[in-house]
Amino acid sequence: MEVILAILIGVLYAAGIYMILRRSLVKLILGIIILGNGANLLIFLLGRVVKGSPPIIPADSDVFQSVYADPVPQALILTAIVISFGLQSFAIILVKRAYKVVKTDDLDEMNAIDKDS
Amino acid sequence: MTQQLVLYPLLLQMFLSIVLMFCWRKISWQRVISIIGSLINVGVSIWLFSYIWENGTQIVQAGSWKPPFGIIFVADTFSATMVLLTAIAGLAVSSFSTASVVTARLKFGYFPIFHFLLLGLNGAFLTGDIFNLYVWFEIIIISSFVLITLGGEKAQLEGAVKYFTLNILASMIFLTAIAVLYGLTGSLNMADLALKVAAIENRGLVEITAILFLVAFGIKAAVFPLYFWLPDSYHTPPSAVAAIFGGLLTKVGVYALIRVFTLIFVGDLFLENIILIIAVLTLFSGGLGALVQNNLRKVFSYLIICHIGYMIAGLGLFTEVAIAGTIFYLIHDIIVKTNLFMVGGLVFRIRGTNSIRDLGGLYSEYPKLSLLIAIPLFSLVGIPPLSGFWPKISLIVAGFEAERWWVVGAIIFASLITLIIIAKVWAGIVWKEKVELPKRLNFRYFSKLKTIRKAQMIAPMVFLSLVSLYIGFGAEHIQQVSSRVAVELIDNQQYIEAVLGKQETIDNEE
Repeated sequence: MEVILAILIGVLYAAGIYMILRRSLVKLILGIIILGNGANLLIFLLGRVVKGSPPIIPADSDVFQSVYADPVPQALILTAIVISFGLQSFAIILVKRAYKVVKTDDLDEMNAIDKDS
Repeated sequence: MTQQLVLYPLLLQMFLSIVLMFCWRKISWQRVISIIGSLINVGVSIWLFSYIWENGTQIVQAGSWKPPFGIIFVADTFSATMVLLTAIAGLAVSSFSTASVVTARLKFGYFPIFHFLLLGLNGAFLTGDIFNLYVWFEIIIISSFVLITLGGEKAQLEGAVKYFTLNILASMIFLTAIAVLYGLTGSLNMADLALKVAAIENRGLVEITAILFLVAFGIKAAVFPLYFWLPDSYHTPPSAVAAIFGGLLTKVGVYALIRVFTLIFVGDLFLENIILIIAVLTLFSGGLGALVQNNLRKVFSYLIICHIGYMIAGLGLFTEVAIAGTIFYLIHDIIVKTNLFMVGGLVFRIRGTNSIRDLGGLYSEYPKLSLLIAIPLFSLVGIPPLSGFWPKISLIVAGFEAERWWVVGAIIFASLITLIIIAKVWAGIVWKEKVELPKRLNFRYFSKLKTIRKAQMIAPMVFLSLVSLYIGFGAEHIQQVSSRVAVELIDNQQYIEAVLGKQETIDNEE
């Protein structure tokens, strides 16, 4: 399981960075989203994947009886997902506005600020 | 009353933003509430600072969970100083915004977002939990995205795309670094991390994690070679926004670098060398970049990068004198850079252009304003006894003590370049003969503004200039503060003990 996840995370990071390096604005957004998912899975993996033992203490005990899944990474991922969701929706709107104003999808042609020196 | 004192600056800013949102359409109310709220904030921050100064580091633990569990807020002298500086810069920019930002922009919620930005800054300075720091960073960047795009001009949107991409990338790298660190230690509390990271056997893995943090914070702080988003975006929004960005946003990156590399990743020669090399290259590239620009605000943007180099150099030298110099420089730089961008805004209001080639004749028309402008400009260079002079002494002394001559050389070279640039700017906008420009239609020239609006623009500049003069002439007091911060940062046991209590449990285990 860990190996599959590790490979998947590697692929997601690589794909995300590759997409960010493209010249198209839309691919930029896709790259950011993929990279974000990769980071979230990385937290999940590094929080140690434990199968079939939720962090619940049995009713007749005060402490955990065996190995349990760490709940903290899941809380972190949830927070990170919500945050990146907000940022991504902003990004999509920004790209749409930028496309309307600049009238191009090509990042290389977005150079008005370099000219007004 | 004082038990939750650490949280008051946060709660006040959040309360202000919410109140301001309820006055969405009443711009004149928003102006008044924002200025009064910022004044109260300065009061609260002074209270917090003096309380910390008297009583030492204070902590507030969310839900009274015992550290290292749960989210913790820690106010040591460093954090309290940063919160105070944020409050001072926030007050100045709040007053400056009321006059200089056009009403059309204010209508889209400028003030609420501005106070959310200050909330994020205060949170980042006060938190003691690494994931919580990430969350505050996100609050800062999402507020700054809104502020940088507000108005939606072509240059703004293009600048925003670059600013946005690099900042989000930095956040992803930060998140990756947190993930790896959590995997290594199973903790998020910074004091606890400091103990656990020190105990890790596999130093190579620790160094990689440290480099991830260095890259993430380096993008935020705009160090070489990760700075190129900054000069492309900082000159596009209104000057009030640029003032708060230039004064505080890159400094959050510097704060995070200092915090992480004095607390968690300490005493690694490899890292210290990397930081020093980055610092020297930042000094060179920022200075040389500023030299060739003609747009006033682009010159200032490159100067931000150049002067980040000083602070990083102090961090890299990592002696008590060097850290004291870094903190002093940070204090001086926040005030001066905020002021400088407001100067840029004022000059733009007077003449209607930012091009140094087309500016001129300010002294013959506004002699008193020119003198006021002289204070931030020459404080920045550090002509003694103005404020930029003292921290550079500490840095150079530290460089000599560490026998790192190339760092000393770079610091002196960057000062010289700054002097040349400031002389060029001063001669270009103040002494050169006035260039006749075609009048811009529908442009609110400074001379056409109402007296109250003029006062609202000038007053914050006077205020910050006075603070700058105090930093220069009252250098003894600032030096006391920075020395104390340096002592606390170098000896990270103080921070750890304040958060986790005396470490008897750890000793027993050993």
